[in-house]
Parts: sequence; structure tokens; C-alpha cells
Amino acid sequence: MNAMRQPSPGGPGDAKPAAAPAQGKPDSAGAKKGGPSAGNPARPKRSRRSRTASEWQGKAYTLICVAILIVTIFSMVFFVASKGLATFFTNGVSVSEFLTGIKWSPDGEPPSFGALPFITGSFATSILAACIAAPLSFCAAVFMTELMPKFGKRFMQPVIELLAGIPSVVYGFVGLSVVVPFLRSIFPGQGLGIAAGAIVLSIMILPTITSIATDSLSNLPRGLKEGSYALGATRWQTISRSILPAVLPSMLTGVVLGIARAFGEALAVQMVIGNSPHIPRSLFESASTLTSVITLSMGNTVKDTVQNNVLWSLALVLLVMTFVFVGIVRLLERRARR
Amino acid sequence: MALSTQSAPGARAEEHAGTDALSADNLSVFYGDKEAVKKVSLRFAKGSVNALIGPSGCGKSTFLRSLNRMNDTIPDARMTGSIWFDGADINAPGTDVVSLRQRIGMVWQKPNPFYKSIYENIAFGPRYHGVKKKRELDEIVESCLRRTALWEETKDRLHQSALSLSGGQQQRLCIARTLSVEPEVLLMDEPASALDPVSTSKIEELISELKQEYCIVIVTHNMAQAARVSDKTAFFYMGNLIEHNDTNIIFTNPENKQTDDYISGRFG
Amino acid sequence: MRMSNKTADRIATAVFYFFAFLIIAVLASLIGFILYRGLGQISWHFLTSPPETFKTGGGIGPQLFNSLFLLVLTMIITVPLGIGAGIYMAEYSRPGRFTDFIRLVVEVLSSFPSIVVGLFGLLVFVQYFDLKFSLLAGALALTVFNLPLMVRITEQGIRGVPREQKEAGLALGLTRWHTITKVLLPVSLPTILTGTILAAGRVFGEAAALLFTAGMSSPRLDFTDWNPLSPVSPLNPLRPAETLAVHIWKINSEGVAPDAAQIAAGASAVLILTVLLFNLGSRWLGRFLYRKLTASR
Repeated sequence: MNAMRQPSPGGPGDAKPAAAPAQGKPDSAGAKKGGPSAGNPARPKRSRRSRTASEWQGKAYTLICVAILIVTIFSMVFFVASKGLATFFTNGVSVSEFLTGIKWSPDGEPPSFGALPFITGSFATSILAACIAAPLSFCAAVFMTELMPKFGKRFMQPVIELLAGIPSVVYGFVGLSVVVPFLRSIFPGQGLGIAAGAIVLSIMILPTITSIATDSLSNLPRGLKEGSYALGATRWQTISRSILPAVLPSMLTGVVLGIARAFGEALAVQMVIGNSPHIPRSLFESASTLTSVITLSMGNTVKDTVQNNVLWSLALVLLVMTFVFVGIVRLLERRARR
Repeated sequence: MALSTQSAPGARAEEHAGTDALSADNLSVFYGDKEAVKKVSLRFAKGSVNALIGPSGCGKSTFLRSLNRMNDTIPDARMTGSIWFDGADINAPGTDVVSLRQRIGMVWQKPNPFYKSIYENIAFGPRYHGVKKKRELDEIVESCLRRTALWEETKDRLHQSALSLSGGQQQRLCIARTLSVEPEVLLMDEPASALDPVSTSKIEELISELKQEYCIVIVTHNMAQAARVSDKTAFFYMGNLIEHNDTNIIFTNPENKQTDDYISGRFG
Repeated sequence: MRMSNKTADRIATAVFYFFAFLIIAVLASLIGFILYRGLGQISWHFLTSPPETFKTGGGIGPQLFNSLFLLVLTMIITVPLGIGAGIYMAEYSRPGRFTDFIRLVVEVLSSFPSIVVGLFGLLVFVQYFDLKFSLLAGALALTVFNLPLMVRITEQGIRGVPREQKEAGLALGLTRWHTITKVLLPVSLPTILTGTILAAGRVFGEAAALLFTAGMSSPRLDFTDWNPLSPVSPLNPLRPAETLAVHIWKINSEGVAPDAAQIAAGASAVLILTVLLFNLGSRWLGRFLYRKLTASR
């Protein structure tokens, strides 16, 4: 413990602050070696107070940003719920009529507010869309990870990301000018309807499901595949018996996310579904969804009338369904982790 | 543990002043429930090089990181005991951790220069601490690079990215960066383990030069390196400090059987 | 038995190839269709002149300008907020209930249907704050829609920085805040910027949230009047503004001009090309910045 500081060979400038300050030493070598301000107590230091203040300001700033997020979501739930519930509490529309009634004529005498056609329409289009998109996504994901990884990564991944970036009105426009005429030429009716909506939506949610399926496929333990191949299984057997069961939980998460997105999509669906407020008898008959009726009617109603409030009730259904979907996704994720 | 030392801070402070730059007293570090460092007491003299050796996972790096409270950045890390530096317990609540870290510099296993230019890597710290004049910053940059023997290699490319340097150069730049804010103690966590032999010997030379001015604590898994550069060596095993003595005693005539096994095992 | 296994394998492989190429074909024909129908419409006149209601020969000038201006306004509001909250999530939050709660908030907020966000904007910004149908109301609605994305992008960007960078900053005696803003943020800039540009593409194409906030009409604009307070100035944030995406929706559902279909095709092509530009631009910029930052070639 007696290792005292030895005199430094490099010159007086080498002395450290605790010892003699290097002030006023007229040597250039020392200045170069020890640094001009080494040991110079005059070097300004930030005061602890100014540092604490800046630390505090930074933290406060980020907390305010977080607070804005929280305030946003609460005010959103509050405002939509208060408007949407006014239909039932202020205007006296019965909840059961709203949820199960099949007649929608807000301007009729007497008006009736059965939202079931829209609820059915929303579920039908989004679930049908998921049924189309899920197998396609699985194929795409297997293709990108198992069959042609290089081509998949360099070409297909960007293509699918691009698909996700195309605005929904463009999908609606293409649906209207390609899908609808195509359906019209094959099936009876105008071509507008749930089938057209589901096809357009399926392309829109394809990237969502594919990217989740791809992630879970590439995260599979290597041993799983190799073990199967080592047993002499063909690629198809490996895929169908080892890989598919392993990625099914996360595939399911992707499907629910896809349905959630399709459920909330407004304009693309509204453009191709026909917008008649009935439960259709076939997939090729004009129908409506929650979003499409809100889109079309919101501008034509007067604030605080029952006709306007009931649209908020539809929005409230969308809001509640968002929470339900998030809840399901969380449940699935928790189960997949186990 | 920490609280008991608070009762008579004055007396303890005096006891720990004198020739010690830094000393740990009954220091324990926990990660969650796991006690990674167990009641270690160690003193590091001013102007000396101190090596911490031991098998991986023995707590030597954890111990090192607690000396400048770097473990604070790990969410579930917790410390008891005290660390005395400049007459105060740095584990005590209310310690100015930010200025403490400026006075106790650190160098990591993997060179970690900022994603900035060579110049900026060194000027960054002093500028924050209040050096605003370009001329003064230039001088600090030059002197720090000279002291780490980097000046000749880099003076023509000061404004290129620090990541364009070789691994060994990057590590010397990291040491230069640490020197730029004038620390009193240097903590080094296996500073040469990621480098080639030539760079390693340069770093070792540098350490021998720097010990004139700084108290250096260096974690290393390289026995030969510990023997070459250090004055004192401490052997850690399973979170315990097994033995601490002059380096030549540790390597030639250790008191403890475990120390002997570890050292001779390495040398064959 | 063996034979049939092999046959099944071959068929399955063929099916996978078929569907993979089907997806590529769908996308290619989608873009091909829009460009084929739309590119012919695009001309300088089309891009700069105002739309016509009953005659042919209308353009999309004001709509294009509105979309870009709205994007800028939205980003000015979103980026600081999103980066702030993202920094909180990456650096200040501690594992626990509150952090889990914020994560849930971000997740829910990003899954709200954009039409609901638009309705919320109508109620709060347009009616309650009395902003009327305006660019500002639209930008605020788009902020709600874009903010969760920015938070995630920032959090991921900062978490992607090696932890030694942060420790190096702290070890120099910098405050945590200084370390975050001057060491971590610059390193994560390529990631954040790439994500932001992609998010911008999404904002650019959004329509549902804007129908009832930025409105479905645009006043006659005087492109020589750059005083933001003048009602005919393009820069006035309190004027209503129909964007390109909203315009496409409107002429598809209620357009009466004889060339509505061509206008819609042209406008769609412009929208697609812009999104493509954002997409490629973000990739290029991200790679460029990363290279510059790490000095690799």
C-alpha cells in the first residue's frame, strides 16, 4: 500500500489535478503532453444544479409526451362512448333493438335503428377476407423462408411491404374498376357486395399475416426441421407435420390482427360493397358494414339528433371490437409464449 | 451494511483518505436475488495499477462496474456496503453520480467509440463540461491523442469517423476519450481481450505510462498481462475476494490454495 | 407408399410456388393496372390545375398541395411527441404495471380504425376546439393515427443502439438526458428516419380519418398569396383542405365530371408513385445514413 506517486518523467505538465496545478508553467512540451487544461482548476464545470435541471427537463418532456398518449386514448373512449351511449340513454333507443334489429331506417316513421345488417356485414367481410388471406400468407411465408429464402428476402419481402403501403382508396379504386366488373361478369347481380369487399380486404391484410407468419417461421428452432428431415420425411411432410403445428399459434395471432384491420377499414370496403342497409341473401348482393354506413351518413345528419347519435353508437361498436381484438391477440401471444 | 457506515462518516472518511485513491468496504452487489459480489473490501492506491483476475462469472467485472456506479443502469442491480472516493462514500444517497463518473473513467472490453468523428469523440466530453473555445478543444484533442500514441496516426484524418479506425486504434481512442475529461481513476474491463497481440502490447505500454498519473483498476483474464502491467493483484472466485497482494507475490507465492490452482492451471 | 409421399411432396411444392407467384402477380398487376390506366393522365396541367366539377380537363393541383402540406403539418406535430414518448419507453420506463399500461395504450391506439379516429377528430378538434374543417384539425387527427407508430419506431431505434454507447456517454460524466440526445439519438437516426418516412407514406395515403376533419372541399386557392392568415392562401392552416386520397374517394363515389374515371386513375397513379418514392427513399436514405455513420463502404 505504499505505492506513492512517482515523479513523472514526461515533464511537469504531467502532474495531475490533485497535485500541483500546471498553471503558468512556461513549457511547451508539458502543454502538449499534459494538455493545457489538465490540472487547471479554472476549467468551467457545469454546476450540479444546471445538470439536474436539464435532466429533469428531459424527463419531464418525455413524460408529457407519454401523458398526451394516455390523455388521447382516454378522451377518445370517453367522447365516443358518451356520444354513442346517448342514443340509448337520451334518445331512448333500446340496446337490444340496436344490436339485433334488422331494419335500418333512421328517417322512417317511426324510425328504426337495427344495426345487425352492418354488424353482420363487417364480420362477414373481415372473416371471409381472413379465410382467403390466411392460406395465401402461409404459402408466401413458407416460400420465403423454406423454399427460396434468397429470392424471398431480396424480392418478395419488399414486394409485400409495398403491398402494405398502398393507400386504401387505391385498393377501393382498383376493386371498383377490376374486381367488381369481374364478379359481375361471372355471378348474378351488380358485382358489388360482400364478396367484392372480402377480396379487396384480403389483399390489404395479406402483408399483416404474412409478415407475422414469416417472423415466426424464421424463429423456429433449427432442430425442429432437421430432426424431421433426418427421419427421412419429405419437405411437405416436414412442413405439414412439424412446421405448421409449431407456427399455428402465431399464425392465429396474425389472422386476428388481419381481421381487426379489415374490420376497421372504411373507404376501400365502402367503395365496393354497395351500401344497402340489408342483410344480403348472397355474397354478391349489395350490403353494408359499420364503417361504410358511418362514412356515408355522418355528413348528412345533424349534430345531437338521434340519427347522428346512432352513428356514434356504431362507432362505439367499432371501438369495443378494437379492444376485443387487442385482448384476443394478447391472449394468443401469452399462450404462444408458453 | 451501507447504513451502518453512515453513523460516523467523518471518522470513516479520514480512515480511508491518505494514499488510497479508491477503496471498497464490505461491498456486495446483487442482481435480483443473486449475490454477484460478496462483501468485498479492497483498497486501490494512487498511482498504482491493480489487476482483478478470476474465472468468468466470478464477479470481477461486476465489482469494477460498481466502482463508478455503472451498475445503476441495470434495472435490478442493487448494492450494499460502501465505496470511498475523495473522502466520501459514493454509495451514499445524494451522491452526484454524474460528476463521480467524470472523475472515475471507464474503458470497456469491446472498443466503443461514439459514432462520430475522431475529433468529436474526444472533444465531446470536454465541450459538455464547458470548454467552448475551438482552440482549447483542439489542444485537448491533440494532447489526449498524443498521450495514447494516436496523434501521428490520426492527425490527418481527425474528421473521419472513429469507426474507420482499426480495433486497436479504436480502443486507444476510447482511452483518449476517457482522459479528455480528466478523471482521477481509470477502470478498464478487459481492455485488450478483443485485440490482436500488437495492439495488446500497445495498450499495455499505455497502461504503464498512464499509471504515473492515474490509479488504474484493470479486469483481465490474461494472467501474463496481469503479471506484466499490475502492481497489485486481486483474485476473485464465485463473488468472493480470495486473495489480494502485490502482484509478484500472487504470481510466485500465493497464500491461498485456490489462487495457486487458478494461476498454475493457467500456466500449465 | 414411398412413391405417393414423393408425389405429395411434389404437388405441395408446386402449390407453394403457385401461390407465391400468384401474390407477386397480383401485386404486379395491381401496380401495373394503376400505372397503365393512370400514367397517361399525368401531365403538368393535371398536376397543377384545380379540379372541374362538371367539365372534363380538371386537375389535382390543390389536392396534391394539400396532401403534402398536411403531411408536413402532421409530421411537425407528431415527430417531437413520438420521439419524446419513444425515448421514455426506451430509456426511462422501468418494467412494471405503468410501462405495461403504456404499451397497451400504444397498441390499442394503433389498432383503432382510422374512421373512428376521424370521428374523434370531428368531435374534439372540429367541433369542440372549433377549428372547423381545417388542415389543422386534419393534422391533429392524423397525429392520433400516426403517434403510436412513431413511438414504436423511436423505441426500437434507441433500443437498437449498443448499450456500450450509452455507458460510454455516462462514463464521461454526461447526464442521462445529454447521453440520450447527443449519443443515442444520432446513432439511431437512420432507423428512426427510415421508419418515419414509411409512416409518412401511410399518412400521405390516409383518407378515412380526414373526411370529417380536413374536409371534402378546398377553397379557391391563390398560389401567389403566401400570407398564412389570408383565407385564400395555400398556407393558411385553418382552411378546409381536400387531400389527394380523399379526392380519389370522392370522385369515385360521387364524381359527376365526364372524365371522373380517368381523373381517379391519374390521381391513384400519383398516389402510388408517391408512396413508392417514400418507400424507396426511406430504404436509400437509411442505408446512406448508416454507411455515413459507421464509415463503412
